[in-house]
Amino acid sequence: MLRVCLKGANSAARKCLCGNGVPLHPLQQCRSYTSGGSGSSAGKIVAASVLTMGGGVGGTILYANWDPKFRANVEKSIPYSDQVFGLALGPAAPPPVINKPRKVEPVQISSMSEVWKDSKQPKAKEVQRKAEQPDAEGPPAPAPQETLEEASAQVAQILSAIGEVPSVPAPGTHEAEAVPPPAALKGVPAAAAKCTECEHEPAVKERPEGEVAARLAEQDKAEQDLLTSLSSNLEDALGSTAKVTLQAIGAQEAALQAIAQHTRQLREAMEAEAPPDKKSTQWRVLEDALSERSRSVDEAGAAVLKAKAELDKLRGVIDGAKHLKIAAARPSILAAEENLHSMVVDLDSVVTRVQTAQSEAKIVSQYSELVNEAKAQFQKELNSITPEIQANWKGLRKLTQDDLNSLIAHAHRRIDQLNRELAEQRVREQIHIDSALEQQKLEDKKALEVAISTALEHNREQMRLEQEKKVEETREVMEAEMRTQLRRQAAAHTDHLRDVLKVQEQELRSEAEEILNSSLMEKETEYRRLTQDQLDSFTLDMNAAYARLKGMEEAIDSHVIAEEEARKAHQLWLSVEALNYTLKTAALNDPTEPLEGAVQAIKESCAEDEFAQALATALPSESLSRGVYSEASLRARFYTIRQLARRVALIDETRNSLYQYFLSYLQAMLLFEKAQEAPPAKLSAEDLDTFKLLSYAAYSLEHGDLELAAKLVNQLKGESRRVAQDWLKEARLTLETKQVVSLLSAYANAVGLGTTMAP
Amino acid sequence: MSEKELGKKLDRCLADSAVKLGAGLGLGIVFSVVFFKRHTWPVAFGLGMGLGMAYTNCQNDLRAPYLIQRNIKMAS
Repeated sequence: MLRVCLKGANSAARKCLCGNGVPLHPLQQCRSYTSGGSGSSAGKIVAASVLTMGGGVGGTILYANWDPKFRANVEKSIPYSDQVFGLALGPAAPPPVINKPRKVEPVQISSMSEVWKDSKQPKAKEVQRKAEQPDAEGPPAPAPQETLEEASAQVAQILSAIGEVPSVPAPGTHEAEAVPPPAALKGVPAAAAKCTECEHEPAVKERPEGEVAARLAEQDKAEQDLLTSLSSNLEDALGSTAKVTLQAIGAQEAALQAIAQHTRQLREAMEAEAPPDKKSTQWRVLEDALSERSRSVDEAGAAVLKAKAELDKLRGVIDGAKHLKIAAARPSILAAEENLHSMVVDLDSVVTRVQTAQSEAKIVSQYSELVNEAKAQFQKELNSITPEIQANWKGLRKLTQDDLNSLIAHAHRRIDQLNRELAEQRVREQIHIDSALEQQKLEDKKALEVAISTALEHNREQMRLEQEKKVEETREVMEAEMRTQLRRQAAAHTDHLRDVLKVQEQELRSEAEEILNSSLMEKETEYRRLTQDQLDSFTLDMNAAYARLKGMEEAIDSHVIAEEEARKAHQLWLSVEALNYTLKTAALNDPTEPLEGAVQAIKESCAEDEFAQALATALPSESLSRGVYSEASLRARFYTIRQLARRVALIDETRNSLYQYFLSYLQAMLLFEKAQEAPPAKLSAEDLDTFKLLSYAAYSLEHGDLELAAKLVNQLKGESRRVAQDWLKEARLTLETKQVVSLLSAYANAVGLGTTMAP
Repeated sequence: MSEKELGKKLDRCLADSAVKLGAGLGLGIVFSVVFFKRHTWPVAFGLGMGLGMAYTNCQNDLRAPYLIQRNIKMAS
């Protein structure tokens, strides 16, 4: 928005400036204007060029869309144009693949194609020509023999080549490509003409060996088909040709007849001096005969043409059949050729007859023509004399006398003239005769030559046919012989094969039996081994299982035993614990419960354990019956004992009077010793003092050592001893019991530990 | 309890001495009254005799465990 305003302001300013013509920055403004002006023209140029370019490109694209060749050209010449075209028009249509199947065909060739060409071309030409050329049949006769084989090989090659990729894409020739060889298989008549074009192909293609059999089979089948088609074609052609030829012959005969008749009639008409009406009828009849003759001649001519065409066609068919070189067709071909030949011969003979008749007729007609001419001349003269009269013999009756006279005069004149001519003629007769003879000779010669040539041709044809027939026969014979030989050979071969096969069968059988036996044995041993293995493994497993079972049983038993032991140990331990517990039941000043029950329990729990029994019995009876005092009670009791023992410290056996008592009491009151003193490891003599002993004992008691205290107290002498006697006994009892119990518990623990099953 | 023995002995001693002293006193008094015209000497004598007897009894009692006693076996 701001920018727009700024722009607007700028432009306004500029405009204003420029409008005012204030030369603030005139040059620049002017420059801008001028540049704008020049810019506008430059812009125009630019626009125009852009338009042109666009137009050119668009036009190119459009035309490329319409003409793919142009498009291809452009794509070839201009790089990246194909992308542009692709963008604009889409991908180009692929070029039509027509050339491929055509190109397949160029592959099949034989090296003898040249020979074949040479041999084929005259034949082709001969085929194409309407005239019969027996010579051309000569050289191709041996050649077709070879070319038949070649053709079959070629056919096979064709067949093989079609199925394979052409290794050499030959430069395709124009019409050759237009005629794919399969046409040769179908259109036999066309084959002859078209096979001439097959020659142009280049190299030979080798057939793969593996396909030979297939190819042969195919070839046979093709041959069979060809044969059938050929024979049918031949038959058809023969039939049609025969028909047509017969027709032609018939027509010719009819023509002959007509000609003869006409001639006769003409001669009759010429020579006979019949009365005018009969003459007219005669002439009419003659005319009819003439017309008849012409018609029949035409018909005959047409029929001959047709027959000739048919014959040519037949020949073409035969040639085509020959080209295909199917051996089996040869007799039929030969027969067809023979038929052809005979037809040709007949036709020729008939034609010659017709020609002779025609020549005769020509003579007669010439004669008649002459006569007619004379008559016409006469008529003309007559007409010139008498123009009113119609030149018609029949109108003679209407003639006037003058006319008659003039006519007669004319007639006389004519007679004179004719007589003169006759005389002249008689004179020139010889010359004329000679010339006529010469002419005749020439014509005869010509006719002779023609006849000779035709006869020669026919003969040649005949001989060729005979030769072919002979060849055919010999071939058949040879083939039969070969067949027999081959059969023999085949028989021998089969015999040999049979023998060999038998031998081989034997060998193979024995081998197979051997193999079978060996494999059988192998399998049997394998089986045995396997079963043995299985058995062994099973036995092993069984043994293992049994052992394991046994082990398990033992383990269980041992477990049971161990558990029993453990139970016992546990019980022992429990009872010992019970004993321990009973020991703890001592009240402060009362003894424990009598240990008897616990000990009894112990005794019961470890009936088999001698050690435990011994220990159990080792307990002092007082503990059993009465229980023992606890250490605490003994400790507490010790202090009274100590007090008393101190008071009677002086009293012993020697000093035991009352006064001593008093003194000991006094001593006790006045003597202060340590309450507790650690006893030394060894007691010396002076340690045996009562007070010291008592302090030692107190110390050891305070430190929980009842045993030591008891020992120390045991060292008291005299009255102190007597005073501490009970305490000592009790201490001894307690100590004893405790010892036994600790032993028992230790033993129970040991036993428990021993019987505990380690995890 | 062996420790209580001494106490017991002393108790007996005291009891005995009390008895003896009493008896002695009593006899003394009696004798003094009866026979010796209330002189105090028989009381003192009686007391003394009682005390002495008590003392001796107590002493014997206290000595008793130390006395070696013969076990008179009947030799027959």
